[in-house]
Amino acid sequence: MIEIVDLHKSFGRKRVLDGINLTVREGETAVIIGGSGTGKSVLLKHIIGLLEPDEGSILVDGTDVSSVRGEELYLLRKKFGMVFQSGALFDSLTVVENVGLPLREHTDLKEEEVLEIVREKLALVGLSGVDNQKPAELSGGMRKRVALARALVAEPEVMLYDEPTTGLDPIMADVINELILDLRKRLGNTAVVVTHDMASAFKIADRICMLFKGKIIWDASPEETRDTKDPVVQQFITGTSVGPIQVV
Amino acid sequence: MRWQVPRTIELEYVGGKVVRFFSHTGAVFILLGQTVVALAEIRKRVGLWFDQMLFVGVRSLPLIVITSVFTGGVSAWQAAYQFKGYIPLRYLGTAVGKAIVIELAPVLTALVVAGRVGAAIAAEIGTMKVTEQVDALEAMGISPVSYLVFPRVAASVVMLPVLTVFADFIAIMGAMAVAVFFVGLPGEIFLNGVKLFFHVSDLMSGLVKAAVFGLIISLVGCYHGLSAEGGAEGVGQSTTRAVVWASVLILVSDYVVATLLFSI
Ligand SMILES: Nc1ncnc2c1ncn2[C@@H]1O[C@H](COP(=O)(O)OP(=O)(O)O)[C@@H](O)[C@H]1O
Ligand SMILES: [Mg+2]
Repeated sequence: MIEIVDLHKSFGRKRVLDGINLTVREGETAVIIGGSGTGKSVLLKHIIGLLEPDEGSILVDGTDVSSVRGEELYLLRKKFGMVFQSGALFDSLTVVENVGLPLREHTDLKEEEVLEIVREKLALVGLSGVDNQKPAELSGGMRKRVALARALVAEPEVMLYDEPTTGLDPIMADVINELILDLRKRLGNTAVVVTHDMASAFKIADRICMLFKGKIIWDASPEETRDTKDPVVQQFITGTSVGPIQVV
Repeated sequence: MRWQVPRTIELEYVGGKVVRFFSHTGAVFILLGQTVVALAEIRKRVGLWFDQMLFVGVRSLPLIVITSVFTGGVSAWQAAYQFKGYIPLRYLGTAVGKAIVIELAPVLTALVVAGRVGAAIAAEIGTMKVTEQVDALEAMGISPVSYLVFPRVAASVVMLPVLTVFADFIAIMGAMAVAVFFVGLPGEIFLNGVKLFFHVSDLMSGLVKAAVFGLIISLVGCYHGLSAEGGAEGVGQSTTRAVVWASVLILVSDYVVATLLFSI
């Protein structure tokens, strides 16, 4: 279970998170929506301890992420698989090496066993025949899927997805949606998904939360969200430029 | 009226620089400490270490060969010019050999490697930093110090002395070639001169310095890479800083180590 309590974060004078409260229960898929630059990625990075809060705390199964350091923090992070918005693949490594890295680092599996698991995960995300290519040789969508395969290769308890479907064609986006659902069904995964792809959000979410002006202003089921009268949420999910969300 | 920099701003500017210098120095020492701790995982990093040794050592050889030949050659030429009329030329090898083994080979090798390897380390790690690859390592529970910094530092500390041995040898050969072909001194006499007053401790001191330079180049490169921010521009700045600081620190530490190793 992930509990975020009164999380504040500023960069210089720019206040990004201004008192976030959010609880993600075991086995639940929470989708966080919000405009570009509202701090969705920043929020995810706090959960895994890549950024330190100015104020507030993040509890993962009762452990405060910002209070642990060194080995303990690395141990805690092994519970997570994170898909970065940019993919963040290691460009000096091939696809197979990228995906296999968590296994090579953290398990004593033999090389063939690693390879087998890697191939299986790559097949899961719909990739084959790219084993020995470097990330630079792949298309954006392929990179995203490799990143996904890498995040789930060690079958972590919690998956953090930063815009997993952005930049994919609608069909491939749906493949990823199905994958996220399937992963959850098979492994009982907890997931936090950041997205602004509403089709994806409605499909995979148990709960939809909206981040706006540094706060979670909405937290409800997909059904409630779809029927909401809240002007801010409504504007976002219908995607209109006129409304309470000031674009410029 | 001429515009003048107000005194306080000037002081603040200098003060800021000084504070920043010390906070960087502190951070580099912390990184050094973490790298030493990462030594515990050395068995896991042998592969990466080996790759880096190839890059730092073997691939730097052509560059070292060229710079050493000419360094040796010019030092023989200059020494012969300075000896003319005062000192017998049979001491040419003595003077040149000592200069090469103690100073020229270690320092010039280090400066050349700082340009090649230090820049490459800062640029590669810097790019990884700004493209979130360093974050990705962290997120996987892999320490960037263990995975990125340690192999580079270990490789540089080992390979700089090795490169310096090559540089010593090639520079002395270059010096001899100049002595034989341009100064007219028989090779035998030149080599006898080299052997005269040759101390193994001179050679060793050169190699100790080379190891220190290797540490400086790699650590400064990694540090600036890891502190890169922004995008391509930030990586460029980090790379420049890494090379400049490594070069400056090589020359400063050369003096410091010399005063520690040699008493006059
Ligand atoms: N490391 C950082 N340093 C300074 N500012 C940052 C940093 N990371 C994010 N920001 C700022 O925080 C804000 C939110 O960023 P982000 O979380 O990436 O937005 P998004 O919701 O699109 O993922 C942006 O204005 C960004 O400029
Ligand atoms: Mg983002």
